[in-house]
Amino acid sequence: MGLISNGTTVFDAGAMASGFGGSMVFIKKLTASSSSSLSFVNGSSDVVLDSTYKEYVFLYRDIHPSVDGPNLQVQFNDSSSNAVTKTSTSFYAYHAENDGTPQLVYVAGGDLAQATGPQPISLDITNQDDSSAVGYLHLFNPSSTTFAKHFIARGTHMHDNIAVLSDFYAGYCNTTSAVAEVVFNMQSGNMAAGDISLYGIA
Amino acid sequence: MGVISNGTTLLDAGALDSGIATGAMTLLSTVTASSSATVSFASGITSTYKEYIFKFYDVHPSADAADLTVNFRDGSSAYDATKTSSFFWAYHSEDDSDTTLNYASSNDLAQGTGVQPISSNPGYDNDQACSGTLHLFDPASTTFVKHFMAVSNSTEPGNYSINSYASGYCNVTAAIDGVQFKFESGNIDSGTFKMYGVK
Repeated sequence: MGLISNGTTVFDAGAMASGFGGSMVFIKKLTASSSSSLSFVNGSSDVVLDSTYKEYVFLYRDIHPSVDGPNLQVQFNDSSSNAVTKTSTSFYAYHAENDGTPQLVYVAGGDLAQATGPQPISLDITNQDDSSAVGYLHLFNPSSTTFAKHFIARGTHMHDNIAVLSDFYAGYCNTTSAVAEVVFNMQSGNMAAGDISLYGIA
Repeated sequence: MGVISNGTTLLDAGALDSGIATGAMTLLSTVTASSSATVSFASGITSTYKEYIFKFYDVHPSADAADLTVNFRDGSSAYDATKTSSFFWAYHSEDDSDTTLNYASSNDLAQGTGVQPISSNPGYDNDQACSGTLHLFDPASTTFVKHFMAVSNSTEPGNYSINSYASGYCNVTAAIDGVQFKFESGNIDSGTFKMYGVK
């Protein structure tokens, strides 16, 4: 049953009509608890990661590593769970708690050149009790079978030199296959705590 | 027909009641480019929202390595608001031979009325394009300059990934009531542009 008010369709077929709801649609939240990875797989556990939206946003909050100094990283897979090839850029702004070594630099250790390995999005996170990493990752039009799939990540975290690291990563999945899986994990150890939420931009 | 629940009006006359919580980011308009010289949002930019967000997805040029640009309309019919801006980028080649993070003075403006680059040098190979986001703040203000910020990523003809950051302000006190995208040369072969209002 639909609902029409003054000639305007408000609800129909179990959904609110376009223009009534918000455009950032919550899809799924995963919570880490000594987790080796957090995976968002299209069609699994209520995850939507297909042509429904032109853009997906992952918000990661208070990701806390089990060991000192690993990178938080993300992997993009096709529908067969194969990691796709990526080229990316990486730079950060850095400032230590003791006021030392403020800098803005490109960091080759965080970029990829036609590689299938995971993409770092937070480098060298300390596992002090109050330390964590936060940020967001935008993935553009992952279902395209024409274009490379662009991504942009922006975050900040406590570095294991006891400093703030402001993170900037971007690049593209250099494939015309659709990206259907996004997997977050730590470079070593596990994700002791934290959560990641997935949103679609309608 | 309206809907009233427990004495509270939820919707009436085709609209949700203003007291009903909804999302804070509202899709206002979508434009799909097809060999388009420009993509313009010529209406709907008003004082209704304090911020407008423009998303662009898989914008593919007809000419190789033309910057995707934006310009702003400040009361006349022309998209030529005076702007001062900054621009920096990071890029990395697929063969891993070249990495850079630097300020790009060729893409900034100093009280210029021309277009503002927001995504650098996307190639026109079949799989190449650019995607990103532009924020425009309080465009209806007749007191303050109008700030904007953009971030994007592009696939460059020489097989580079380019991450571009542009920000600045329209140095006018007239309201901004239109936003126009185009490539610095050639057409927008394809791509999707969306405009959102943020409460």
